[in-house]
Amino acid sequence: MKGMGATQEEYYRGIRMVPYDLVKELVIAMVAVGVLAVGAAAFFSSPDVPPVTVATWAQTNPVDFVTTATNELAGTTLSAGYGYPYNTNASGQSWGPIAPAKWFGARIPIDSSNTFVIQPLQRAAFSNTDLGSALNTWQNATPDQQNTWLTNYSKALANANVVDGTVTVATGDYGPLPIMMSNLLGIAQSGGLDGLLMVNGRFYQTDYTPALLFMGDGTYLPGLAQNWNLLGNQWGMMNETGIYPGQTWLWLYTMWYQVPPFTSTTGFLGFNSSNADLGIIIMMTVLTAALALVPFIPILRDIPRWIPIHRLIWRQYYSPRKTVRA
Amino acid sequence: MEAASAEADQPAGKTSSWTLRVRKAIDRHLPLEHLLPDRQPYYVGSWVYVFGVVTIAALAWVVASGVVLAFMGPQWWHDSHLGRFINSVHFWSVQLFFIFMVLHLWGQYFMAGWRSGRAATWAIGVVIFGISVLTAFTGYLSQQNFDSQFIAINAKDAMNASGIGSFFNVLNFGQMYGLHIMLLPIGITLLVVMHIVMVRARGVVKPIDPEGARS
Repeated sequence: MKGMGATQEEYYRGIRMVPYDLVKELVIAMVAVGVLAVGAAAFFSSPDVPPVTVATWAQTNPVDFVTTATNELAGTTLSAGYGYPYNTNASGQSWGPIAPAKWFGARIPIDSSNTFVIQPLQRAAFSNTDLGSALNTWQNATPDQQNTWLTNYSKALANANVVDGTVTVATGDYGPLPIMMSNLLGIAQSGGLDGLLMVNGRFYQTDYTPALLFMGDGTYLPGLAQNWNLLGNQWGMMNETGIYPGQTWLWLYTMWYQVPPFTSTTGFLGFNSSNADLGIIIMMTVLTAALALVPFIPILRDIPRWIPIHRLIWRQYYSPRKTVRA
Repeated sequence: MEAASAEADQPAGKTSSWTLRVRKAIDRHLPLEHLLPDRQPYYVGSWVYVFGVVTIAALAWVVASGVVLAFMGPQWWHDSHLGRFINSVHFWSVQLFFIFMVLHLWGQYFMAGWRSGRAATWAIGVVIFGISVLTAFTGYLSQQNFDSQFIAINAKDAMNASGIGSFFNVLNFGQMYGLHIMLLPIGITLLVVMHIVMVRARGVVKPIDPEGARS
């Protein structure tokens, strides 16, 4: 290895030097890349599918909205049972003793039933005595009574009808749930819930965690994502809406989600579908570190000598007739 | 003055002045003719060498279009034809940046560009690639459209499972936007400058010798 202190003159000693114009090359590169980028922008534009709001969800699929909100109260949604960092209702993914989600705890606390249903209704009940009374009934009921109402209402929602944007179910023992849910649906359809989910006691707000978790618990937004091939099992992270290239550089990361052991329930060496996220992050970290350390890893650093692509790159240097070496 | 002048004539290792030591080290390892060379070894003749400079050119277009978008604010490009065009330039220059950077990376791999004391240059290049992936990721999360929404919902699971999500909340637009337009671009720019300085200071690596030049 040439010493770190060797100057360029020492390194190049005896090698023929030829004229070169770095600035000219850079300017030409800037212009050429600019033509490509501006040309592609002019011809293809860029993707910008409007975001889904809680209002559009509630207007377009009110049954899914009410079903999701009911499930939030029942604690059966994805976010309600997510675990860290939102709550302690699951232990999180682990690989042997490695359980980083658990190590850091519930740093972004989300109580699904309160955050997505009860608190917004409490704010709306200020000028709505029927809703206020329904909330009191709900909160004074025993957990067993609440579960009975939730079970009955969830079953009824499977055969719900939508009339003029409102959800109607067969008569049954649902307690205050129909009043609570019809109010929540109305607030959501008017756009009010989009704002109420962002209320944090301060004027400025840029954190959309509650609204995105709530919409992610439903089937409406993930259904749209499936239509755009954005789901995880559709190589979603490297896709983009429309015909545009997405984050194609994530192909290796995305690929692991499509192959064993990360698609297998039995798995290999403790990696399986239940801890795929953690396993793939660990694997990509190791692979990235290996790429950075290629100069020090036998075999990996030798491959360029074994595969003679360098003979194409430096064909002038290796050409017997044209070689000019000191 | 005479004493200072006499000290300036000392070899870099002999002087007690830190300033002089730094200046002499720069003079020795990165004189201006190395930073802006007008001569190169004759073997620097392949198109593979172009991938590095076009990657820098694409990065310049990414930064230039990004500065306009950052100045006008995150809502602007959704409501303005000019804004949409600037966003499109940003989008496509990012795509070109990654294409050229990957070609540059593979080119340097098959040239074993880390030889003769250039391992740190290679490693910093890999770090630049990694931070670029993270920067693009935060950019996709900052678009404020459907892609941002679902990428955030989809990506949170990997972030949370690895514990990263406790500190890097992909559902928090403000955090992602701040990282995307400020901290990460500064990191990339500094590392790219370091990468280029290291390349220019050492010069272009020699071809792999037929008898083997592992080092």
